[in-house]
This record gives sequence, C-alpha cells and structure tokens, in this order.
Amino acid sequence: MSRLPTHPPGIGDYAIIGDCRSAALVSGDGSLDWLCWPRFDSPSLFAALLDPDVGGHFAVRPAAPCRTTRRYVGDTNVLETTFRGADGVVRLIDLMPVSSEEDKHQALVPDHEILRAIEGVEGTVELDIRYEPRPDYARRRPRVRDRGALGFCTEHGGQVLILRGDVPLRVVESGAVHGRVTVRAGERRFLSLVFGEGEPAVLPLLGEEAERKIRRSLEWWEAWAARCQYAGPYRESVIRSALTLKLLSYAPSGAVVAAPTTSLPEHPGGVRNWDYRYCWLRDASLTLQALFDLGYAEEAEAFMSWLLHTTRITRPELQVLYTVFGEAELPERELPHLAGFAGSRPVRVGNDAHGQLQLDIYGEVMDAAYEFANRGGTIDRVTAGLLTGFGHAVCRRWQEPDEGIWEIRGGRRHHTYSKVMCWVALDRLIRLHEEAHLRGDVAAFRAVRDRIRREVGQRGYDDEAGTFVSVLDGHDVDAVLLLLARYGFVDPSDPAMLRTCERIERDLGVRGLLYRYPPASDGLPPGEGAFGICSFWWVATRAAQGDVEGAMRAFDHLLGFGNDVGLFAEEIAPDSGAPLGNFPQAFTHVGLIDAALTLEHASGTRKRRSGTERIQQTGVHL
Amino acid sequence: MNLPNIALWGFVATMVLTTLMAGAQGLGLSRVSIPFILGTMVTPHRARAGLVGFVVHLANGWIFALLYAALFQSVGHATWWMGAAFGTLHGLVVLIALLPLLPGLHPRMASERRGPEPTRALEPPGFLGLNYGRRTPLVTVFAHIVYGAILGGFYRVAGV
Repeated sequence: MSRLPTHPPGIGDYAIIGDCRSAALVSGDGSLDWLCWPRFDSPSLFAALLDPDVGGHFAVRPAAPCRTTRRYVGDTNVLETTFRGADGVVRLIDLMPVSSEEDKHQALVPDHEILRAIEGVEGTVELDIRYEPRPDYARRRPRVRDRGALGFCTEHGGQVLILRGDVPLRVVESGAVHGRVTVRAGERRFLSLVFGEGEPAVLPLLGEEAERKIRRSLEWWEAWAARCQYAGPYRESVIRSALTLKLLSYAPSGAVVAAPTTSLPEHPGGVRNWDYRYCWLRDASLTLQALFDLGYAEEAEAFMSWLLHTTRITRPELQVLYTVFGEAELPERELPHLAGFAGSRPVRVGNDAHGQLQLDIYGEVMDAAYEFANRGGTIDRVTAGLLTGFGHAVCRRWQEPDEGIWEIRGGRRHHTYSKVMCWVALDRLIRLHEEAHLRGDVAAFRAVRDRIRREVGQRGYDDEAGTFVSVLDGHDVDAVLLLLARYGFVDPSDPAMLRTCERIERDLGVRGLLYRYPPASDGLPPGEGAFGICSFWWVATRAAQGDVEGAMRAFDHLLGFGNDVGLFAEEIAPDSGAPLGNFPQAFTHVGLIDAALTLEHASGTRKRRSGTERIQQTGVHL
Repeated sequence: MNLPNIALWGFVATMVLTTLMAGAQGLGLSRVSIPFILGTMVTPHRARAGLVGFVVHLANGWIFALLYAALFQSVGHATWWMGAAFGTLHGLVVLIALLPLLPGLHPRMASERRGPEPTRALEPPGFLGLNYGRRTPLVTVFAHIVYGAILGGFYRVAGV
C-alpha cells in the first residue's frame, strides 16, 4: 500500500537492516535515523530517531513529495523503498551486505558497511542526499573531510566513517555532506558508508562490486530463510519474525538482543524509555525453542552456548541482563542533550534493571537447558555443576520478594510467576537428573519444588475468584500467568487455568489485545500500551486449550498490528494500533513464532519435538 | 658486529615497538597497523593477514636492527640517546618516504591519485600517515624512538 511519509516518522514508519552484529533503522522516506557501530550497544553514529535536530542522519529522499511503498525483497533483510513522484518512480535499496565467511576470505571487504542503491524505474526523480554523522550519541560534531575519490572521511577516537558515492556530493559545512541527483529510468547509483576501527579502513567499492554485494546478500538471506521448517498458514509472518530475530542476534557471541534501540517510548512524551540493546535471560527459553522449532539448530546452540558462558560470570546468582559479550555491568545514564523520540525524555543508555532481582530467570534458563538437552545437546560436567549451582541458589532465595518479570521499579514483591519459575527451575533440574543428563542427589530439590507448589496453590490462588493472582495473597491478575500452563505448572485445561484466562481477558483485554498488568499499577505515570507478547501468549494458551478457531481469529487480528513490513514493537497503542516502545522487539516476534507453532500443533498439522510438549502433557491439575 | 646480541635486542625492540603501536590502536590514538598492512599484501584473509604481517614485521625489525648495529659499529660505541636519534630518523623515513610508496606496491591498497579500483580497497596512509588518525606521526615516531633507544642502550659494540 502506498502512502505519504509522515514527518517526523512514527515508530512504525521504520524498518530494520542489519548484519547480525549491528542494525540500522530506515524511515519510510529514506532517512537512516539510527545506527550504532560496531555493535548494537555502541554509542550511536546517527540518532535522529531520538532527536531529529541534533542526532544525525543519512537521508536519501525525494526532493518533491512522493508516495512510498516498502517491502523486504523476498525472504531477505534487504529493504526496498519505492518513491512514486509526479515525474517518475525511483527505488532505494538498503542493506548491510552479508556473505559467507568463505566469501569474506576471498576479498578484502569492509567490516561494517551500509550500502544504498538508487535505481531509476520510470521517468525522472530528483533526490536529496544529506549525510550528517554525529558520533557518540551526538555528543560530537566531527569534521567531515573530502578526500576526493577516497570519499568523505570522519574520524573520532580511533574510529573512522567513510562515505563514498557515485553521485555528486559536497561538504556544505564542517559536519555535513549534501548532494542532489536526478535519477532517470534505467540508471543505477550507489552510496556506501563504511566504518573502521583500530586499523586502516577498507574502502567501499561501488559499481559492479556493489551489485555483487547485493546479489550475495540476497542469496545469503534467501538460503537462510529457506532453512525454516514452518510451512503453516502464517509462513510469511513467521519467516519475517525469524529474519528479524536473526538480525537481532549478535553472531560473534550467539547472544540475541531485545531490540536494536534505546528510549523509544512506551508512551509518547512519557518517561518509560529504556535501553533494550542488551540480552535478557528471561527471553532465553522461548527464544531457544522458537529457533529449534523453526529448524535453526545452529543459532539455538550458539545462543545456548552464550547463555551458559555468560551466566558463569555471576554464578551461582543470575543477573537479569548482560551485554552481547556477557559483561555484567550496565550502568544507566541519561543523555539530557537529546530531545527524545516525540519529546519523550529522558533518553537513557545502559539499564539499571541489571541490578534487580528477578527470580523467574532461573526457571527460564533451566528450561532452556532442559530444551537444549532434549534436542540432543550435551550437558558437560562444568555445565552440570553450573545448573546444580543455580538449583541451590533457587532453594536459598525462592522465598525472597523480587522485582518480577516486568522489572517494576516500585519495590520488591512476592510475584506468583517468580515462584512458579523457581518451581520450573527445580523441576527441570530433577528431570535432567531423571533423564540421566545430570548426576547427584536431587532429594533436597524435590522437597523445595513440592513446597513451592504448595505455597503457590495456597497463596498464589484466589479462592474467591477461583483464579491465580499476580502476587501472593493478592487479588489482581497479570498476563504472565498465561505462561503457567506453558511451563507445565498446571494443565492448560484445568478449570483454574480456564478461569484465570477468562479473567485475564476480562481485566486486561482491550480491543483484542492485552495489557501486561492493570494499567497504572506500576507506580509510573499512566499511558502504557497493550503488550505485544502477552497478546501472543493469549493466542497460544487458547490454542493449547483446544479453541483453535478462536485462537486463529485472535492471531489474525494481532498480525494486523505489525507495520507495513511486518515488524512489531514491544507494545501496541490500543486506540490507534501504533507500535510503542523499542523497535523491532525480539520478544514480541518470539511470541508470534511461538503462537504460530502452537496453533499448528493444536490443529494437528505439526508435531513439536521438544521436551515442553512432554511437560505440558504431564501438566498437573490443582 | 655482535650478531647474537643484535638478534636478541632486535627482537625485544621490535616487540616493544609492535606493542606500543598496537596499544595506540587500542587507545584510539591511531589506526596505523604495519602488520595488517604488510599481511594484506599477501592475503585478503584478515586473520591470516595479521599473522603473516606479524612475521614479516618481525623480520623487518631484525633487518633494521642489523642496520642500527652497523651504524653503532661505525661510530664505535652505542648509547640509548644515539639509538633514540637513529629511531627518530627511522620513524621520519617510514612516515615520509616509505608509507607514501605503499599504494604503488600494495596490491590491495587504493591510490589517492587514481581512486580505488575494483580490487584495491585498503585505505592508503596519506601524507605522514595522517589518514590513519592525526596522532599517527607522533605514535610512529615515538615507537621508533623507543625501538632505537632499546638497541642503543643494550647493544654491545663488537671488538671494544
């Protein structure tokens, strides 16, 4: 569908390109407004997303108003934006070139590159090119030097950015390059931006070499997507989610970041602005299973390897989040010089949630390890010791209050879900022992597991309402309770679970979406949107309860909230349907994949091969 | 000439020079990397280029150490400050005379005059290596001063 781009762009006007080490966001009108190199959590080079005036950007946009359409080329992460103006049509192709390791060894190629190809389709279109790099979250305004045929060079702290193009460009002020080019039908022009650090840069080559890079990237992504084993009715959405998840993975370590952005607001103009360019352990179990189920065993194993390596640093305690290389310190800072997306301040980098206590992560990590072992992974002696250590930590700490899965900053409480996930942690540990993946005495773990179960049955369940509740001895529900059946704590069709689902829909539902908890109950100013993954959990739970048709209707409704290229943010504004929060969000896409797979399984067209199915089948009735 | 002595101190001085320059890269002072430049003359494979370049660079360090030893022998004695003076000269020769020759010799380095050809992509050093960062001349000369000072300070002139 073609449309006129909005100014300034909304969150949903962006699409992502990347190379599994870093990512960039490109707006519908061709402006690259967010880029962090060399890795996801590096300081930004372009941050117009967070401040259009000072953030810096790299725009290739029509000089006159145009209608635009966008798509990813086939099953790839190569973005194609088509501008239709009064005098012609032009196509802009954006990508971070990717190729096999073998190809990379055949030629000297830049470590980090963004390639922008402009292709005249019909008539003529005049394009405006503006390149304004602002490194270090726009705290620096470096000089751009024109080195002639070698491109436009910007240096800052041992790093260099080089822009080359076969269009007329000139330095208009010390920190900006502008150009204007008229593209005719059949013409093809290129702009390439590369980043170097610590050694002489590799310059981007244009012309035939750029064409080759585009071809190689298309082939690489298509071959990757072809490995996806999902063949159900939602293939297009599932493949897009898998491709997005792949983009959010950090190939050198196997980690998966929650999102490539920071401080995109959960409420426009509000203060719920967090940095999501890190890896949350809570996403571990579902991410791992989604990757395995789709046939991406290599990525799943790399993620598991990162998970086990990283958690060794803080063993036997687990931290909520880590960087892509497993660093545990992520001090949160505010960037007061940035205006924030739609005036949403403060802009934050780093994330203080790393210091929170979230007991549920033990269950998520242990469930991931169990899934891994069930898929044929080996639990070596060191890993076995690590997992047993986590089991002891759970036994020691499960009675403590925590911040819970939603990282509420208003003080610790006894969250039912956290207790249940402590039960999951010990349950999986015992199962690993029973299935001969682990040795040792698990009698103590059994005793605590049973105690947790009794505690949740007595205090995490509201006798009057006949439902589970969000905190022990509380009365409200929370959408995360939908996962109780997912992790096998209770049978999905248990009357208590059925009543809990009904109540969640009644108390938290809004226009076919779900809030994660009752609005304005977290101590922050109101305005949070509906939560994407909770809405997908609801679909999966309904499907597991046997209401396949209802779940499919809900799923179709939910898919309508993706943007024009199928991307989801963390949240959705219930009134407008606009995406809110960091974008695109891995966890929401994991939820989408999980819901599609559960639907397929529930409708009998697919057999899940995981340990989860076995656990769900043995789910306990209260 | 005291060959065992110059082989030992040539090795030490080259290691110190390499470490200083790599440290400058790590600290963001300069992007000059002589092993990387030398290695990519042989292969586009980055990891292999690093290793090959390191070996070639070490060999160069020894060859230059022989030259230093010859200079010390001709003067008849060696002191750290004399070595440092030779190192200053050496660093300037590298910056002013040798680095500008690279685009003509290096099969993968772009030339500022002709513009990059399809197979030539490595950023050329430019005057005084300034394309690799404005502190490149300082880093290069300083590392060579230390290289020369080590040779001058520890070399024992033969026959004295």
